Amino acid sequence: MRARPLRIIVAKAGLDGHDRGAKVIARALRDAGMEVIYTGLFQTPEQIVQTAIQEDADGIGLSILSGAHMTLFPLVVEQLKAQDAGDVVFFGGGTIPPEDVAELKRLGVREIFTPGAPLQEIVDFIERECGKHRELVG
Amino acid sequence: MKGQATIDALLRDFDASKPRALARAISLSESGLGAPLISALYARAGRATTIGLTGPPGVGKSTLSAALVRKARTLGKKVGVISVDPSSPFTHGALLGDRIRLTEHFTDADVFIRSMASRGHLGGLAGATADAALLMDAFGFDVVLIETVGAGQSEVEIAELAQTTIVALQPGSGDSVQVLKAGIMEIADVFVVNKSDHPMANQLRREIRSMIEIAAYGAWVPELVATQALTGDGIDELWAAIERHAVYLNESGEIERRRREAFAHQVRHIAAGRIGDLVERALDADASIDGDPYAAAARVLRSLGIRE
Repeated sequence: MRARPLRIIVAKAGLDGHDRGAKVIARALRDAGMEVIYTGLFQTPEQIVQTAIQEDADGIGLSILSGAHMTLFPLVVEQLKAQDAGDVVFFGGGTIPPEDVAELKRLGVREIFTPGAPLQEIVDFIERECGKHRELVG
Repeated sequence: MKGQATIDALLRDFDASKPRALARAISLSESGLGAPLISALYARAGRATTIGLTGPPGVGKSTLSAALVRKARTLGKKVGVISVDPSSPFTHGALLGDRIRLTEHFTDADVFIRSMASRGHLGGLAGATADAALLMDAFGFDVVLIETVGAGQSEVEIAELAQTTIVALQPGSGDSVQVLKAGIMEIADVFVVNKSDHPMANQLRREIRSMIEIAAYGAWVPELVATQALTGDGIDELWAAIERHAVYLNESGEIERRRREAFAHQVRHIAAGRIGDLVERALDADASIDGDPYAAAARVLRSLGIRE
């Protein structure tokens, strides 16, 4: 039996209609052998977390290019905790200044990938971190 | 293998109606570890109405799903949705995008949506779709809506699983001979012509209508409904057709025959899967490529204690 593929939510939140990056990531993860669930645009943090629960996801990748990252990322962290799903690996990407990256990681976002991040680096991160998650939950 | 303690904890959470337990149970079934869960929950299933929705890629299956979920929710029914998309034959990865049409239902506690990758299973479903439907049923959903992969002509497995099968077609997709072909056109309990505002919609309706007229059906003759899933046009009529079919199934006793068939199908699927795994293992052990493939197959079967 082949190992069950990692399941990753790729999400876009709030008033942000730019999903080319999210689609590139989704495609790269698909090609790395993962099952990618794309939420579509304009999601609320609650919608994203409900999706992760129903899909039994190992990770959530949130793309934000609107500048609202300091609002939306922490709301997803909060929702995950509230729904007893703090084990889901939550990471993100977008046009996010370094000082905000540091603050978001302090708040519980596991990693932030900014423009120029190599796709392989993102794949490696997910395989490593979500692989640990898999060992945890089976 | 999962320990019994893990299974017991999961069943307790399932009993407490925790959505995460249902989600985890479906994952275990997908990994081939669902047997103890299904055995524990089987007696509780059988109450839900299962509706299958199939049709070619881009016909609007997910949009129709969203519209049907909306309709079912106005009637107060709890709905589980299973949406299957294909896995890559090369990387085994998948892009599951059917949820995009269902976002309005994401935070409705009485709607549970699960995307499934086909993981190499042919026939339009995933190997564990039947298990997932059963788990949703046992969890207490009144309606389980199963959306197949974008189907070609021969992905007809959904008809074995669903009580009512909807085949959605779109205008402008072939001439009048297409609707006469075997396969998917034979499994519909209800035909839907979606995108009914399309200039060629009436032509397709005429072609399906005349195909229905010349075909030899039993007691149930497939209904034909025109919809615009995006606006909701025709969805009330579609729901009414589904309900009429449910009444027919119950009054004619056909529902029992379908249940037996679905059961047998599932048993075949499980047993064949186990044998396939055993053959796979025997083949790994038997590295020789001597003789012809038939002789080798006989050798593998003998090694498993099977004599033809």
